[in-house]
Amino acid sequence: MVDATPSLKVQVRQLRVFYGENEAIKGVDIPVYANRITALIGPSGCGKTTLLRCFNRMHDFQKNVRYEGDIVLYPSEKNLLSRDVDPMEVRLLTGMVFQKPNPFPKSIFENVAFGLRLRGMSNRQELSERVEKALIGSALWDDVKDRLGRPATELSGGQQQRLCIARALATEPEVLLLDEPTSAMDPISTSRIEDVIFELKDRMTIVIVTHNMQQAARISDYTAFMYRGQLIEFRATEEIFQRPSEELTKSYLGGSFG
Amino acid sequence: MKDVDKLIRQQKFQDRFFAVLGFLCTLVGLVVLSILIIDLLRDGWKSLDYQFLTSFPSRKAESAGILVAWIGSILVAIVTALTAVPLGIAAAIYLEEYARKNWLTSFVEINITNLAGVPSIIYGLMSLGLFVYFLGLGRNVFVGGLTLGFLILPIIIVATREAIRSVPNGIREAAYALGATKWQVIWHHLLPCSVNGIATGTIIALSRALGESAPLIVVGAVVFNTVLPPSPLQANFPFVNFDWLDSSFSVMPIQVFNWVSRPQEAFHRNAAAASIVLIFITLTLNGMAMFIRYRFRKKVQW
Repeated sequence: MVDATPSLKVQVRQLRVFYGENEAIKGVDIPVYANRITALIGPSGCGKTTLLRCFNRMHDFQKNVRYEGDIVLYPSEKNLLSRDVDPMEVRLLTGMVFQKPNPFPKSIFENVAFGLRLRGMSNRQELSERVEKALIGSALWDDVKDRLGRPATELSGGQQQRLCIARALATEPEVLLLDEPTSAMDPISTSRIEDVIFELKDRMTIVIVTHNMQQAARISDYTAFMYRGQLIEFRATEEIFQRPSEELTKSYLGGSFG
Repeated sequence: MKDVDKLIRQQKFQDRFFAVLGFLCTLVGLVVLSILIIDLLRDGWKSLDYQFLTSFPSRKAESAGILVAWIGSILVAIVTALTAVPLGIAAAIYLEEYARKNWLTSFVEINITNLAGVPSIIYGLMSLGLFVYFLGLGRNVFVGGLTLGFLILPIIIVATREAIRSVPNGIREAAYALGATKWQVIWHHLLPCSVNGIATGTIIALSRALGESAPLIVVGAVVFNTVLPPSPLQANFPFVNFDWLDSSFSVMPIQVFNWVSRPQEAFHRNAAAASIVLIFITLTLNGMAMFIRYRFRKKVQW
């Protein structure tokens, strides 16, 4: 499943994140490979969501949050955490799907089109094409093609989450960040969303935070296991699940804590 | 088992006792209000006719009317709305979304909330000092409107902040994650989502302003006015004029106050009739607020 030489898309280097005095991430290095799915797993409070939200600088809104280290995007070698890089620019390059579906209280069409409008697209024809493409990409098109003008809030939870994925896809981000996208979903919605994510890796690089180890095993190419703000083990998913090299990883995957 | 029965009986008694007590307390408010309205209707109903709405004040109660008062009230309300609403909403947006959260903004916040409780006459005195004497703007519709505008500004700010704050954080995060600027988030998401709360707060504030008389008496609303302000609309280009801003004015509550303080019974009936009109205007505004709330609640859900 994994090619011999995947190219590097993002390199997290010596990342430290502080919430006030509390160090939430204590010097983490993780490579993220292009067109691969990288899963971040670990028990609650291990820092996996904090790490994910560094990729698009979502912490910038909170005061008392401080970063150190680099997150370098390739091939441009732009350091996403640099003071010189505007957080808006980082967010224009990335897409994010959140734990809880958060569609805008607008029409289905406008939800998907919003990111495109922000990027200055206003041609109706072009917008429609991109919206359709994104909705096909998130396997929602057949459900909603006849009611694009209806409020997004009418959709079911699973559909709303696929709408949020479509919204993030529409802008064709280089990196798609998924923060426990199925944690509020039933098994059927979960498996549909997993299928969608799996299909997407041909088009973009994906980082997914999940507390569901089976999910990481099912869809990811690489898995990073984090514990108390530190990276314990980063390896190809098959290897980490079959032959974890660290004792801590073994016991977490074995279910002795979590 | 006997003890359990006794316990249940005791507690049920308590339960019923407070239900009855609460009902009586509710009744007090309702009954007083109903008596007030019925009394007003009985006194004023006969005076309330077309002539009453279209006549100038007069020394003869039968030919006196509220034309100047209700037109004055509407013009003042227009100035109030046009000044307080944009100012209030902008200030609320700034405080809620832009301002850094530090001791200074908390201090400002607390004081804005306090301002909502300052007696209205104080606003009248401030306007008298600031607009009439210091800035020399005169005792006109414009200054009257500004005075009431400042009076309801804190109410609008507080209502708008509450409305903006109630927009779920997920909406903000989703928009920011797509690359939106603060203003884009505010304009495309926060304002549309909170328009319901903002409109409700604004209309209720306006209806409060309409009922105010004390601050306007202080800044010099005319009690016996037989001249209408010039019309804001005119037949020839540019179709609007702003002379009305500089005209003297009277408002409904002042007219009521004036009539009540006269000895003749006939004027008291006029006061009752004018009060009915005032209550009608206020209830209409509140009805509009309810309608807006209902419309947008259906439209905006999360």
